[in-house]
Amino acid sequence: MKKVKNPCDNNESCKALVIEGTEYRTFLNKKFEDRKVWKAPDPKMIFSVIPGTIITLYVKEGQRMNAGDPLVILEAMKMRNVVRMPADGSVKKINVEEGNRIPKGHLILEID
Amino acid sequence: MAANKKVLEFKKRREKVLQGGGEKAIQKQVAMGKLTARERILAIVDKDSFHEYDLFVEHDARDFDMDKKTLHGDGVIIGTGAVNGKPICIFAQDFTVAGGSLGVAHARKITKIMDHSLKMRMPLIGINDSGGARIQEGVNSLAGYGEIFFRNTLASGVIPQLSVILGPCAGGAVYSPALTDFVFVVDKISKMFITGPEVIKTVLGEEISMEELGGARVHCEVTGNAHFFAESEMECFEQIKKLLYYLPWSNSEKSVKLETALPNKSYDITEIVPEDPRQPYDVRDVVKAIVDNSEFFEVQELWAQNIVIGFGKLAGETVGFVCNQPLVLAGVLDVDSSDKSARFIRFCDAFNIPIITLVDLPGYLPGVDQEHAGVIRHGAKVLYAYSEATVPKVSVILRKAYGGGYIAMNSRHLRADFVFAWPSAEIAVMGPEGAANIIFKREISSAEDPDEMRRQKVEEYKEKFANPYVAAAKGYVDSVIEPEETRKVIQHAIEVSSRKEIFMPRKKHGIPPF
Repeated sequence: MKKVKNPCDNNESCKALVIEGTEYRTFLNKKFEDRKVWKAPDPKMIFSVIPGTIITLYVKEGQRMNAGDPLVILEAMKMRNVVRMPADGSVKKINVEEGNRIPKGHLILEID
Repeated sequence: MAANKKVLEFKKRREKVLQGGGEKAIQKQVAMGKLTARERILAIVDKDSFHEYDLFVEHDARDFDMDKKTLHGDGVIIGTGAVNGKPICIFAQDFTVAGGSLGVAHARKITKIMDHSLKMRMPLIGINDSGGARIQEGVNSLAGYGEIFFRNTLASGVIPQLSVILGPCAGGAVYSPALTDFVFVVDKISKMFITGPEVIKTVLGEEISMEELGGARVHCEVTGNAHFFAESEMECFEQIKKLLYYLPWSNSEKSVKLETALPNKSYDITEIVPEDPRQPYDVRDVVKAIVDNSEFFEVQELWAQNIVIGFGKLAGETVGFVCNQPLVLAGVLDVDSSDKSARFIRFCDAFNIPIITLVDLPGYLPGVDQEHAGVIRHGAKVLYAYSEATVPKVSVILRKAYGGGYIAMNSRHLRADFVFAWPSAEIAVMGPEGAANIIFKREISSAEDPDEMRRQKVEEYKEKFANPYVAAAKGYVDSVIEPEETRKVIQHAIEVSSRKEIFMPRKKHGIPPF
């Protein structure tokens, strides 16, 4: 085959993409560039799974809790969701107050 | 004389209804940069071809003082006309009449024209410009939507259904377009969403503009809900006419056959594809080097650009193209590109349009986001769509066809009629680098210079397997062809497979991985 024009020549938005060990020159799309990098969940970090309002805060920093004990009530979509202690331990740090409106993925509190 | 008086009265009545929502409302519509419903219809159909029905339809709602309100045409215009000289059914919601809101009389007009289009076997064009359900009519307006969705579903695969979004289209209303085959949107005019910015803000506290949430660009680039993006309403109408020029009028007809025209000489098929499989090129140039007049009408041009789909004419007859696009994400299959191509394959199959597949892909896109977004289920749609399709199916492997990607892209094993490969084709279980790393793992790790050994082994693998001849030796590839023969070979392959007989097991319907 003849030598043909390469759209990547002198084009900085042309990037490398590795598929099964082979590096391809190609353009990326926005969705790919904006993709979220996956992080292993940390059971000691309690995040909100839905945006909403903290209606009740049951705990204080340093308090010892058992698995299943309620931590906060997060009201979202008119539902009162009880966020509970995932395991026995203590509350290390609280990042919310009653009445706070929080987005999805907000760190509500940290436990030990 | 008495008759004359009645004619005059009729004219007066008609004149009144034709004004729609009245001068003020029309001025508002124009101020938003929008045409009126009637102007839109007249701009789409051939000159003097439009015939309107149900002009004098009135609602019979009583609650909330509705009995005192007259809504001209009940906010929608229906009729028949012609596009490119052939008959079509059309409706257009009139935003100047009660915001184009859908009540039961409005819905009945729409379902009447839908029934006509199915019974008389011609395409349906629906222009959506409506604030949504007419709240005063309560559950009756919901019933209206349901009747429309049901008919969209019945007509699916029998007649082409086109939706044009020229204003807001929110809540349940969006599901009629979603059930149709092609959705047209216009920048800054079209808005589609299930729950609007206001509700999202109140309930979830997320602030977003209508344009960012469900504007034309979002639906063309991000969601894939729309197929054609236009800067203006007039451009959009041209796209509609162009698309109809490729489509058959129903699943029992063929599209218009044109005179055969050779591709443009400026598209030299031997000068588009680089030899190195890691280098990109624009696969649309290959398509243009194959089709009549080098005219390719791309569908969903802005979404999942790693696969290219669209229509062209070959020897005057419509064909559908499905092509990996090495220019974007190296042409991989992923969630969106699988979704996009599978639906297009099923459209072509339903309307007897032969499918030409141009193959050049390294495989599937790796990534946690892909796996968690269900690339298994979405990728399976491609296998399902190709396997199920009984139209002439011809593949040309231009360069790489590795692994699962090779199987998915209309391989012999999914009942392709003909599979051709260029001499540059590499049909293998995976790319040479990946394969060498696995097969020669021990040799590489125990070598004095592992990098040098890896390089050698990759070369060895390339020499032996990165070609079309291993697959050709098994008959998985029917012929290895020179690039310049491509058009001729495809044309012949479609011709001979156009009279094929296919036997399917008896079933009510399959269960594709939706």
